[in-house]
Amino acid sequence: MTEAGQGPEATFRAFLKEGRFMIQRSPSTGRHVFYPRVALPGTGERDLEWVPASGLGTVYATTVARQRPNPDGSSNDYNIAIVELDEGVRMMSRVEGVPPTAVKIGQRVKARIAEVDGAPGIVFDPA
Amino acid sequence: MAHALRGKTAVVGIGTAGTGEAPGRSAIELLGEASLNAIADAGLKLSDVDGIFAATSTHAFPTLSVAEYLGLRPRFVDGTNIGGASFEAHLLHAALALDAGLCDVALICYGSNQRTAGGRLVSMSEPQVWEAPFKPRMPLTAYALAASRHMHQFGTTREQLAEVAVAARAWAQLNPEAFARGPLSVADVLASRMISDPLTVLDCCLVTDGGAACVMTRADRARHLAKPPVYFLGGAGAQWHRAISTMPDLTITAASESGPRALAHAGVSLSDVKLAMLYDAFTICTLLFLEDLGFCPKGEAGRFVEGGAIAPGGRLAVNTNGGGLSCVHPGMYGLFLIIEAVTQLRGAAGERQVKDCDVALVHGNGGTLSAQVTGVLGSAATV
Repeated sequence: MTEAGQGPEATFRAFLKEGRFMIQRSPSTGRHVFYPRVALPGTGERDLEWVPASGLGTVYATTVARQRPNPDGSSNDYNIAIVELDEGVRMMSRVEGVPPTAVKIGQRVKARIAEVDGAPGIVFDPA
Repeated sequence: MAHALRGKTAVVGIGTAGTGEAPGRSAIELLGEASLNAIADAGLKLSDVDGIFAATSTHAFPTLSVAEYLGLRPRFVDGTNIGGASFEAHLLHAALALDAGLCDVALICYGSNQRTAGGRLVSMSEPQVWEAPFKPRMPLTAYALAASRHMHQFGTTREQLAEVAVAARAWAQLNPEAFARGPLSVADVLASRMISDPLTVLDCCLVTDGGAACVMTRADRARHLAKPPVYFLGGAGAQWHRAISTMPDLTITAASESGPRALAHAGVSLSDVKLAMLYDAFTICTLLFLEDLGFCPKGEAGRFVEGGAIAPGGRLAVNTNGGGLSCVHPGMYGLFLIIEAVTQLRGAAGERQVKDCDVALVHGNGGTLSAQVTGVLGSAATV
């Protein structure tokens, strides 16, 4: 699936299209990387390989983007969170399945591949 | 041991234009007027300017636009754009260029008509590809996330955040040029519209128009110009991330690195600082910078600001113009921090004058808590 010459960002997105949440890991250091890069930030190791993400994480920070309500009074508010994966890397995402105001820092969450802004992306549900 | 640049250069002129609302005037017009005001304030001529330092929200090549508009052929330019902290970086870069003899009169300038042009924050800042699909409203979302983390980790309250807005307003009420001068209480802030939890609309800076500029020369020339020189004592920047989701710790900014380094360059200690001008795009910024610059321990800023401690008559003079929250915030506010610090160090701040103000710290913030640049300015008594 990894085409010759394809960079880490395209590779990540191609995995998502196949329904796989993969992240990079450097075997020499044991460190994981997100977002996908050509080398480990700060130290430059290039021995990055793709490994399945555990998909488990913890809400690190959260907010509710308040919106004008629908004409019927229902809410358009949505959650934006930073989730720390158990692998130690963080990503921006949202927690679904609970009201946006009910998302709490420290809450355990589990990743799911969903359509995000028209393309496959990672969202989270309460674990 | 202070850095060799200490006291070698000085701000000799300041100017603003159209702060608040400037209907019918473009960004470059406001920048141009502010620049001419600053040059006149210094007692210099436009043709004396041979160094241009600029960043705006609307110009991809700001130094080209400024030189063309004013009709200058500069010997040295710097268009570093790191968001709102650009102008604190320009202070340092101008000091370097002047000291090296690469230019003799440095103009640092900015202009924006974002309020009357549309009423929304204008930014050339590109969406971050790993964040944009989740529809954050940048920069608001980033600061709300940081505030959520500070509250979780240190027990900081919305009331304490509101204290920052109320203190800024109290200073603004002493500043005839401030845009928002009406009464404001903690209860008002808490009752205002929530826009990104935990931040309400009154936890956020103003959206105004405005141009600002300052002029710097070497100290030998500064002593013979129209106004008392305000010396550049030291400066330093630090940056650790671009996008908020990659910030190493949402409660610790790179100000914790830039601040101590700038103070060391300046050869002054925090207790010497009579005025702290801290970039307050949101109430959480003031708390983070009070902590990271060392005015209080990490996690304690909420308690530090309680009871009007940074308001007029409080324990520390902070953002005496009213800040980005209540004075002026035309997209990038960093140059206005310098304008106020120079005004105070000249002893020309009128009703809001800080007593015996001889050392001022200016701290610029850019991006989403990304770029942090600290500068230290002093009166003639400090050199």
